[in-house]
Amino acid sequence: MKTFNYHSAKDVKEASKLASSNSAFLAGGMTTIPSMKLGLASYKDIIDIKRIKKLSGIKVSGKTVTIGATTKHSEVASSKDVKKAIPSLAALAEGIGDPQVRNRGTIGGSIANNDPAADYPSACIALNATIHTNNRSIDAEKFFRGMFETCLKSTEVIESIEFSIPQKSSYQKLPNPASRYAIVGVYVAQHKTGINVGVTGAKSCVYNDKDLAGALTKNFSSSAIDSVKVSSSGMNSDIHASSDYRANMVKAFAKKAVDAC
Amino acid sequence: MKKIALEVNGKKVTKEISDHTTLSGLLRDILNLTGTHIGCDTSQCGACVVHVDGKSIKSCTALAADLDGSKVTTIEGLASNGKLHPMQEAFKKMHGLQCGFCTPGMVMSAVDLLKNKKNPTDQEIRDWLEGNICRCTGYHNIVAAVKEAASKM
Repeated sequence: MKTFNYHSAKDVKEASKLASSNSAFLAGGMTTIPSMKLGLASYKDIIDIKRIKKLSGIKVSGKTVTIGATTKHSEVASSKDVKKAIPSLAALAEGIGDPQVRNRGTIGGSIANNDPAADYPSACIALNATIHTNNRSIDAEKFFRGMFETCLKSTEVIESIEFSIPQKSSYQKLPNPASRYAIVGVYVAQHKTGINVGVTGAKSCVYNDKDLAGALTKNFSSSAIDSVKVSSSGMNSDIHASSDYRANMVKAFAKKAVDAC
Repeated sequence: MKKIALEVNGKKVTKEISDHTTLSGLLRDILNLTGTHIGCDTSQCGACVVHVDGKSIKSCTALAADLDGSKVTTIEGLASNGKLHPMQEAFKKMHGLQCGFCTPGMVMSAVDLLKNKKNPTDQEIRDWLEGNICRCTGYHNIVAAVKEAASKM
């Protein structure tokens, strides 16, 4: 791993001030550190934000669940408040990586990285999340831009993610047997305002499948999905799964999610 | 360079380290605690699992600089007064290892599991050990060893 200057920021203001186009914020480091080791990324400055207390924790209000950016997956998975308000979100956290990754990895890190196969981005889409940073609040639909790309600026720090509590929801994924990343993951959520179907793993970036959501709006049952044609155009194709297979799995796991709602 | 102070296996340690030193590097190369193994070095194989402040983590993917003030337990810290930890004893008794490379990580993960779940089922053990890869045993005896330890602890 190439060397860098390590900074532990005491507050968000300091973290933002230290940041540049040649720096990275460090939370759990579950992607950042291996990426640096593999030579896929290098930075002049690594700015650790783990010791900033206000970035961690879970708050539930009447309509939303707000999770601090440096809250670990294991904390979300075991939170009684999350389990009660949005059980599917706690279950999603429980299915990320392995226990040691869940003990270090954070929700803010996951969405800032925006891995095309990460679990949390689909939750942000399905649960109408608002991403709060140190200078603005961003709708999830606008936050995720493309493969490993978000609309965050280099000095911008995610502070928390606010999820709307749905009437019912479920996240179902076909995990890669080795990494547990989603080959395909589908998050179905029914809100008073409408239905979202967040899909991860299938394309270069998470997306809301409007066709599936439309079919479920007319008839919220897994049989409603049968008649929807999910196109494989633009879907990932790799050694784990072809694009046609992924398209089929989007349908299969959407049905599974609806049945589990 | 950064100066850090932490507790490793109950002993206070103060060291000057490079900013990019990992915890596994600190343990093995600076503190000579070579029981913690480095396999994949990218947090997949689990050979480097240690406990930090009571929780199991992969030490290859943690910067030593960010663990200032932490309490670390490695495989060397499990035995007390020359007596193996019940988990180590169980791995030995149930033949839970062949080459032994993955074993320190397996044992440290399994000890963390039993802290949270006293009598895990086979499936719970297999799920928990998802981040520990063994290329010899096929896991059967590892699961048996964890069950044996659970019955003794």
